[in-house]
Amino acid sequence: MENDILKIENFYAYYDTICILNNINLKFKKNRAISILGPSGCGKTTLLRCINRMHELADEAFVKGKILLSDKDIYATEPMLIRRRIGMVFQNPNPFPTMNIYNNVIAGYKLNSIKLKRSESDKIVEESLIKADLWEQVRDNLYKRGTFLSGGQQQRLCIARALAMKPDILLLDEATASLDPKATSNIEKLIHQLKHSVTIIVVTHNIAQAARVSDYTAFLYSGELIEFGKTGDLFTTPKDKRTEEYLTGKFG
Amino acid sequence: MEKRLKIRQIQDKLFTVIVALFSIAIILPLFFIIFYIVRNGAAEINWHFITSLPKPVGETGGISNAIVGTTELIGIAALIAIPLALFTGIYMKEFEKSKLAAVVSSLTDLLQGVPSIVIGIVCYLWIVLPLRSFSALSGSVALAIMMLPMIIKSTYHSLKLVPDSLKEASLALGTPYYRTVMKVIVPAASSGIITGIILSISRVAGETAPLLFTAFGNPFMNLNVTKPVNSLPLLIFNYATSPFSDWQKQAWGASLILIIMVSALNLLSKIMEHKWKTTY
Amino acid sequence: MTQAEISCKDYRLKNLDKQGSSITRKETLFRFFLVTAAITSVSIVMGIFISLLFGSWKSINEFGLNFIWSSAWNPAARQFGALPFIIGTLSTSFLALLISIPFSFASAIYLSLYLKSGWLSGLLKFSVELLAGIPSIIYGFWGLFVLVPIVRSIEIKLGFIPYGVGVATASIILAIMIIPFASSMASEVIKLVPQDLKEAGFAMGATRFEVIKNIILPYASGGIFSGILLAFGRAFGETMAVTMVIGNSNIIPKNIFSPANSMASVIANEFTEARGDLYLSSLIEIGLLLFIISFIVNAIGNRIMKRMTVKK
Ligand SMILES: Nc1ncnc2c1ncn2[C@@H]1O[C@H](COP(=O)(O)OP(=O)(O)O)[C@@H](O)[C@H]1O
Ligand SMILES: [Mg+2]
Repeated sequence: MENDILKIENFYAYYDTICILNNINLKFKKNRAISILGPSGCGKTTLLRCINRMHELADEAFVKGKILLSDKDIYATEPMLIRRRIGMVFQNPNPFPTMNIYNNVIAGYKLNSIKLKRSESDKIVEESLIKADLWEQVRDNLYKRGTFLSGGQQQRLCIARALAMKPDILLLDEATASLDPKATSNIEKLIHQLKHSVTIIVVTHNIAQAARVSDYTAFLYSGELIEFGKTGDLFTTPKDKRTEEYLTGKFG
Repeated sequence: MEKRLKIRQIQDKLFTVIVALFSIAIILPLFFIIFYIVRNGAAEINWHFITSLPKPVGETGGISNAIVGTTELIGIAALIAIPLALFTGIYMKEFEKSKLAAVVSSLTDLLQGVPSIVIGIVCYLWIVLPLRSFSALSGSVALAIMMLPMIIKSTYHSLKLVPDSLKEASLALGTPYYRTVMKVIVPAASSGIITGIILSISRVAGETAPLLFTAFGNPFMNLNVTKPVNSLPLLIFNYATSPFSDWQKQAWGASLILIIMVSALNLLSKIMEHKWKTTY
Repeated sequence: MTQAEISCKDYRLKNLDKQGSSITRKETLFRFFLVTAAITSVSIVMGIFISLLFGSWKSINEFGLNFIWSSAWNPAARQFGALPFIIGTLSTSFLALLISIPFSFASAIYLSLYLKSGWLSGLLKFSVELLAGIPSIIYGFWGLFVLVPIVRSIEIKLGFIPYGVGVATASIILAIMIIPFASSMASEVIKLVPQDLKEAGFAMGATRFEVIKNIILPYASGGIFSGILLAFGRAFGETMAVTMVIGNSNIIPKNIFSPANSMASVIANEFTEARGDLYLSSLIEIGLLLFIISFIVNAIGNRIMKRMTVKK
């Protein structure tokens, strides 16, 4: 039980009066890869944004229920602190255009004015880039702007930026949707390596990708959690008819 | 039918020629103005002219106090206008839907259209009267008010070009909102903002009307902000309308220097706009 | 996770918890700054209007609406009527618009429909930009020394009194000055016409002239009107260039070659010499009138322009 790093309990999310997430209950184990599947518009992004308290940035947004990170209610803490412990990578790569690669990786510290010794920050940059499998390609260009990298490399730079904060959880919101197949498969490999040191939650509407990368899968449908279980079980013997229909491509 | 087509074609040709002629005619006055200023001004400009103070008619003086004064006026104006306009522009972008932002937006449009002489009157009432003296400060405030709408608008428009995804990226790292704005969003828009600032400076560098009864002019060198100060446009006005041909000649020299200053600033803003542009 | 990583993380979290309350304080302070800046900018514009109103109170009290209708401007007799200056401003601005419109429109049409690239288009754009950058004092100076003698010789040929300075000279200088603005307004207006509308015209076999006359101009008429209005807004408040060549005569001009005075230039000329509260107050009231006209002209022009943009 203590293995559950994230617990979502009776959770609701709204935009204005529209209920986007309806009574979600989920428990995620530490250092696993979990994928969230579902047709577009079903609330996957909203769920991720609730987990690192980005949902509330929208004007009319609010939530009900609990999300516990290591048994602490994230909605009872400063949102900034939660966001530093739960990293997020977005659909489109968004490195900071005004910063070089080095500063992009260390941005979480710089922007939060967390003072680091030069040797410490060098180490964090190198480790994060190695973890994101980008070190070899950029080690000689650390002081060039990140915007000249290819799309896949930019996305890995964003992953390195999130990893540099040494988060407990890494959220990837369709992080491969804008990439070519080669870059996609590289990122998928990366997820496999990373899940030994960090819990990863991947949103995707690519069913095959969910099967390839995740240990557990949650299936969302119009704001409700339909099914959650080991990826193998859910794919071979879905319990709900809607899950089965989605997996066999009947809708979505 | 055949004939009708001919007429239409001739009509079209004629129109093309007229349009081309009228357009090209625009170059003419420009050429004349530049030609006169360069021809008359170049003869005046030398080291002595730039570095010495004005002298009474008959002795060859310079315009150093006007160059220093213009720099002083613009410098103080920029110090006042830039922070105020920058934060107002940020407010307009970040609180776009608020009532206040709508009011700011229409009032900046209005302020941009207010004749500069009117701003001179107001700064006379606000600063010259209470201080009981024309002053560099009152001139700077007048110029600052003229710079405000330009910088507010360019800040707002440059900030609007910054994609929201950058804001999200920064917030997702746990960066507080104010640091996200100041360290991520504003830097990403900086080339546009700086371009706007430079253009606003080049626009007010040649302003005369708002200085007539604020900075007022001064034949001596003055750095005290509570005392009247000379500026290039004021000097040009005073010399050009004087009856002395010596002074009129010096006004050509001062005009050439002013044009060079303004053009250099415009060029700089062009370079900022194209070369240092942030690619997202 | 290595030992170094763990300790680094702990350090970070400790640091963060301490930051918590100071972050919210700075956050509040930042928002306060933004709102204060916005309010200050708004107050400046309001302050301008209020100060002008207060400053001209004496004159408004004394003359009322007569101030606008009376043509007596006699400081010695404490008589102040702004009509000569209003007429001076309106006549120079209208003439300037009349002169500049063909040039501005032609250049906008030429640049956006004929010459989209190439050296000539580059040169034209460059010239227009350069014209826009020349300070008005330099236009005035040049006008005084180059244009005035030319106008004088024309006046001699036509049999007018050869002042050289006057309404005509001021209008020509103003026209040259507003060409860049008017031209960029015109380009903006032409850009508002949807591309497919133009192409439909060409597809029907219309010549360029016919497309411009039958499609672009009718479609853009609202925009053209507001563009002219905004260009007028530029011209009527122009001070220095006009002051130097209009002749500074405080009577209603008899013809376009007569010397006159504009609202802005009477302020420029007489403000520092105004003795007595009523005199100063009357000059400030002229400033107030300038402010109000600019408010009306820009409000209407911008409103139409915005509506055009939305329609597109
Ligand atoms: N800012 C917003 N305001 C109102 N509704 C929104 C907003 N963002 C998303 N939604 C709605 O929330 C629902 C879920 O969106 P989202 O979580 O992005 O779905 P997914 O990521 O699964 O495609 C959609 O119906 C969408 O229309
Ligand atoms: Mg989504």
